[in-house]
Amino acid sequence: MAARSASSAKPVIGVLAVQGDFREHLDTLETIGATGREVRLPADLHGLSGLILPGGESTAMRKLLHRWNLVAPIRDLAARGAPILGTCAGAIILANRIADGDEPVLSLLDVEVRRNAFGRQLESFEADLQMRGLRSDGGALTMHAVFIRAPEILSVGAKAETVATLDDGRVVAARQGNVLGISFHPEIAGEVRVHRWLVNQARRTRIAPAR
Amino acid sequence: MVCENRAMAAKKSTAKKSTWVTKKGLAQMLKGGVIMDVVTPAEAKIAEEAGAVAVMALERVPSDIRRDGGVARMSDPDMIKGIQAAVSIPVMAKARIGHIAEARILEALDVDYIDESEVLTPADDRNHINKHDFRVPFVCGCKDLGEALRRINEGAAMMRTKGEAGTGNIVEAVRHIRTVSEQIAALRGKGEKHLRNVAKEARVPYELVRVVAKAGRLPVVNFVAGGIATPADAALSMMLGADGVFVGSGIFKSKNPAKTAAAIVQATTHWANPQILAEVSAGLGEAMRGIEMRTIPEAERLSKRGW
Repeated sequence: MAARSASSAKPVIGVLAVQGDFREHLDTLETIGATGREVRLPADLHGLSGLILPGGESTAMRKLLHRWNLVAPIRDLAARGAPILGTCAGAIILANRIADGDEPVLSLLDVEVRRNAFGRQLESFEADLQMRGLRSDGGALTMHAVFIRAPEILSVGAKAETVATLDDGRVVAARQGNVLGISFHPEIAGEVRVHRWLVNQARRTRIAPAR
Repeated sequence: MVCENRAMAAKKSTAKKSTWVTKKGLAQMLKGGVIMDVVTPAEAKIAEEAGAVAVMALERVPSDIRRDGGVARMSDPDMIKGIQAAVSIPVMAKARIGHIAEARILEALDVDYIDESEVLTPADDRNHINKHDFRVPFVCGCKDLGEALRRINEGAAMMRTKGEAGTGNIVEAVRHIRTVSEQIAALRGKGEKHLRNVAKEARVPYELVRVVAKAGRLPVVNFVAGGIATPADAALSMMLGADGVFVGSGIFKSKNPAKTAAAIVQATTHWANPQILAEVSAGLGEAMRGIEMRTIPEAERLSKRGW
């Protein structure tokens, strides 16, 4: 079999499957004709062109990421240029800073997040918002977003940019190059455009070989 | 430009709370995880530290309820508040079957999910709670597909197969998840007439049965509960198609709760990896003492409660 570079082959997108709604992300990838793969151990990251960190409980995910030594290889995958999407808990896992004392996990997104910033389950909500940062022309997409015990992005550092806010101005999505963290769940809202961005990004990127 | 957009948007806020999507959405986020029964804030912290995705706050674990007898009711609100203050993960609490007032109290306490549970003594022998009337989502138990569909039709946003709580014996849990799966599989490729009969027998709308037949699964998340005592029990539940597991007495009635809890979390994630299961199952010390099913009289079986 001829060797093919990651950029010309059909990209395989990993979905962290230690806990959370990884099935919904895999289904969304399937909907848009992309190939997904469950990631539970470092070996599962081999050959991936992108990675999704799903919704779930960030405290549980954090334990499982550390226990199976996934932090360093995911950071390496990001450093090699692979696009990384974190939804809700996934965005917390990506953040450089977590309010109220929790240690950051991947530190790939220059933002400070607060867990459960909107309150408990009774405060979970659906809302429409404008999302920038996905279209190559810089335009915004109108999106119906579902927030479940969602985190808020309290502040966005110099390396990242705000790409979506709520009506009241609270920041719910930020992007730093190939890394996108969002507080809501396109994967349970029938929203495919965020995943399409990730797959296009993966197709376009020449992923450097693993160190 | 951005300011302009914000000003326009502020005029007409689109936010909606307690929708069907948000209710069942929280359960979707708990998948692949372990929900642990806890009776004190200290236990809740141990559970969170071990990687639990949520805790179930209650006064006595099922094995103690079984031992003590008497009427088991909703927990003291102070105790639930104490656990809510101790952890950052979701906190669930149990109401008696049909006990609308207990459910309203739990909703007022801002719990994340209410378990309308057969582990407590039923308050109504004819009606389960109409869960559509509540803003808070509910999880309910089932032994078969018909029972699951009735609960979902009443508004349950998450299911769990019942098993036999407080026994440390997985056999009933296995029976229930297998039954649900087999009954869903039996709908495959069946015509409208057959599905209408299933709906009639289950006393639920045809549309609900049609949706399940088409998807090949329930329209809400389904965990396994009742009798899980070891990492292998959790892995078995996942192998049989569970979306996640509830562990009641199995953790804090074991010799080493923190270690057992962490091992069950690992086993729920790595259920398909026997090497890891072997690793996490080692050196846990004694599991909770189990009960053989035939020593439990029919009348004392918790899973028989609800219909």
